Amino acid sequence: MNAILFSAVWGVVMMFCGAFVNKAATVRNAAVTGLVLLIILNIAELYGFRLMRVDTHGMLAFNSFTLVFNTVAFVSTLVYFFLSAKDMERVGVNLAEYFALIFFVLSGVAISSSFNSLMMLFLGIEIISIPLYILTGSDKKNLNSNEASLKYFLMGSFSTGIMLMGIALIYGATGTFSLERMTTVLSPGLNPLLIAGFLLLVISMSFKVSAAPFHFWTPDVYDGAPTVFTSFMATIVKVAAFAAFLRLFTGTNVEVPAQIKIIIALITAATLFIGNITAVFQQSVKRMLAYSSIAQAGFMCFALFGFNDFAKEGLLLYSAAYSLATIGVFAVLIKMKDFTFEGFNGLASYQPLLAATNTIFLLSLAGIPLTAGFMAKFYMLASAIKSGAYMWLIILAVLCAAVSVYYYFRVIQAMYFRESKEPQALSVSPAFKWGLIVIAAAVVFLGLFPQWLFAKLYF
Amino acid sequence: MIPVLLILIPLITGLALFATGAGRARTGSLVSSILTLVVSIAGLTVFKAVRYLKYDGSWMTSIGSRFRVELDGMGQVLCLLTAISFPLIFVSTYKNEYKNGNRFYALMMLSQAGLMGVFLAKDALLFYFFWELALIPVYFLCSIWGGERRIPVTFKFFIYTFVGSLLMLIVIIYLYFQAGQSFSIESFYALQLPHQTQSWLFWLFFAAFAVKMPIFPFHTWQPDTYEQSPTAVTMVLSGIMVKMGVFGVIRWVVPVLPVGAYLWGDTVTTLAIIGMVYASLLAFQQNDLKRLIAYSSIAHIGLMCVAIFATTKSGMQGVMIQMFNHGINIIGLWIVVNAIEQKLGTRKLSELGGLAQQAPQLAILLVVVALANISLPLTNGFVGEFLMFNGVLSSEATHYNVWFTVIAGLTIILSAVYTLYMIQKVFYGNTNALTVSATDISLNVKVALVVIVLLILAGGIFPKPMLAITNELSDAILNRMNVKSLF
Repeated sequence: MNAILFSAVWGVVMMFCGAFVNKAATVRNAAVTGLVLLIILNIAELYGFRLMRVDTHGMLAFNSFTLVFNTVAFVSTLVYFFLSAKDMERVGVNLAEYFALIFFVLSGVAISSSFNSLMMLFLGIEIISIPLYILTGSDKKNLNSNEASLKYFLMGSFSTGIMLMGIALIYGATGTFSLERMTTVLSPGLNPLLIAGFLLLVISMSFKVSAAPFHFWTPDVYDGAPTVFTSFMATIVKVAAFAAFLRLFTGTNVEVPAQIKIIIALITAATLFIGNITAVFQQSVKRMLAYSSIAQAGFMCFALFGFNDFAKEGLLLYSAAYSLATIGVFAVLIKMKDFTFEGFNGLASYQPLLAATNTIFLLSLAGIPLTAGFMAKFYMLASAIKSGAYMWLIILAVLCAAVSVYYYFRVIQAMYFRESKEPQALSVSPAFKWGLIVIAAAVVFLGLFPQWLFAKLYF
Repeated sequence: MIPVLLILIPLITGLALFATGAGRARTGSLVSSILTLVVSIAGLTVFKAVRYLKYDGSWMTSIGSRFRVELDGMGQVLCLLTAISFPLIFVSTYKNEYKNGNRFYALMMLSQAGLMGVFLAKDALLFYFFWELALIPVYFLCSIWGGERRIPVTFKFFIYTFVGSLLMLIVIIYLYFQAGQSFSIESFYALQLPHQTQSWLFWLFFAAFAVKMPIFPFHTWQPDTYEQSPTAVTMVLSGIMVKMGVFGVIRWVVPVLPVGAYLWGDTVTTLAIIGMVYASLLAFQQNDLKRLIAYSSIAHIGLMCVAIFATTKSGMQGVMIQMFNHGINIIGLWIVVNAIEQKLGTRKLSELGGLAQQAPQLAILLVVVALANISLPLTNGFVGEFLMFNGVLSSEATHYNVWFTVIAGLTIILSAVYTLYMIQKVFYGNTNALTVSATDISLNVKVALVVIVLLILAGGIFPKPMLAITNELSDAILNRMNVKSLF
């Protein structure tokens, strides 16, 4: 609850900040301060501290998973601020507004990870989406950015409509919005209204997490949006949508019907396959990362099959591993002048530290042991294998993971094994370098001791 | 404590070397590898009590994976091989110059740490970690310091092994849940999985090791990679890394899935034998020394695979001993290749000839190594191959033991043909414009080769210590593999 309240308030504070403060550094510091406070308040809630008692009538429910997940999302955002806040200034003049919008998104993240009523799910997802439409189009004079924004808005609105329809059907079938109460209302046996409602919900959530075949907006939007905001969208926002997706399935005690399960299996398979295969053919690293985020979403979908501890812990770990590594890769990418693979040629010779940390991030995304990405994939596979179904899907997933090595390693090859004709002079501050080192260390640390992240889940 | 030291010494050296200069890295890595060798020998002699050879520490408590390493019979043989090989490699290539040399040596040390870990791990997840840790440095070594086509070739190698590893990961996770959420090797051994499950798990598991060994038809990465890698790395790849495959099958596949191994034994053996004959024939056609030795390696490893699935005591011990011997012999061959290449700048058989007149010492040493490669009596190769053939012939796990022995035996003759042909082409005949300028080997190469020749003779004349080390473990594994009575 702390997080929802405070991030909304601080969003407003940031808007005023834009009106009264002119210096970019001050705005940035205010945003970082707010975020640190947000993290502290959120962790404090784990220990029972609340800003105020709000009776949500059971529409929101906070458990340790929610709070740990929020912490992961907020810490990722903090890392993102440290690395990329300066690059936001280059997008446009409304720096404070960008930060305000990001705080509103975080408020949505906190709602959608703790919803207990479908109405709250809808609210959370919308609060996440609307600021994003604006951020996507924030590079106002760039046609690509405008196009991406419009496309995202149109597609997003459709999916919102579908979600509302789904919620309405479920309400018709059960007479309640509450996930918990659904358990008691439901009678055994199939209810067509319920199945249809659930299916529509699955479709709209698939859209939000860019799972195939509802992924078509992703590459264009990610490519068109200013790169700093793509980084935010592809990481924190995506994993938040996944947390909501997972809660949709685990919040109820209703056995998910087999028909829905097989549909999710097919969605997972399609996402893995399309994401990975298409990424292979990209020439621009930015677009490659867009498809890679689709491919990673395919792996995260595995959390939706197994309703066991591995799925929950796995999603947490995956969120942390994927967000940290992707933010890192994007932070390096923003510094590049040329977003093609050739643009990375010989980076290791003139920026060894950037190349080395970037390699660790890419290895993590590819799922190589000793990095957090491996343990994340391990948990996902373990959760699926434990639930005992769909061996074909698991084998497909590991083959796709092997394909993903191809495009991630292309960047590594460019950085280390190819010479650059004209070394690009990059302006990189020492603070930025330290930021990268810290993230890389965190990625390796989580790869060796993942249990550290879950310690707070059970106590 | 010994196993931890074996991993930590190279690991720490490797990480430290990233921060030093090239000259210091060269001595540093040599000193560190000799230190590892001393520790490894100490583990065989002074500190051979069991309490020194084990370490068990907690690691990923939430999923029940432990940092468990232990030096058992096969581990001792292979750790000794790893420990001996690295000083030999560093000594014999001491004069090679590498751009950014410190990184080269650092990555070499990291791969040594990974290899040690693979041979020591008694926890499946830990094993998997080390399995990859050994691979990643080698990927960078080959791609940065390799030959002209290094990038695509090494990448192919990486993808092949990575696919294999991932399939293995599925099996490990599957077995983990079957074993009640435990990764320890004992709990894996205690599993009694239904026959049908073992049958399909076998291939997923075996794939990882088949790629590494390599077994026909998974071998296509190997000649290219050996050819394109810098020779020091090729030594690691062919001397030690392929043993990871053989080792993995013995330690993890056949004892855990004995029924699967029994059911598919004939198929695997047939593939291995096809590979042996095919590789031997191809070896004969090669013009590049590195490719020739690469194909010869496929043939020798194939025999080890055949011997594992024969399920006999003699065969199993033969494999364990031959893993060591083959490592030593093939590193000897690579040292010669490296010496020739550094001196003359070519590896083509057609451009060489008459080297014996210019470099008599090299010729003598090479001939001994080559004879060991064709496993002549009195050399170490003979002991291992004799035991393996004996094992295959007396095998009761298959009906085709005689056929397998005869066809596999052909490759010994073929191996003699191409090895002697190579010696003839390179060392005898007339000198040409290129080779007339050659000089004899330098001291460092001589030292390395003499050590290898001594090891070859020692292993050939007095194999008893090796047999003693591997005795107990091979009995234990054969006990688990003995499933014929179930059918």
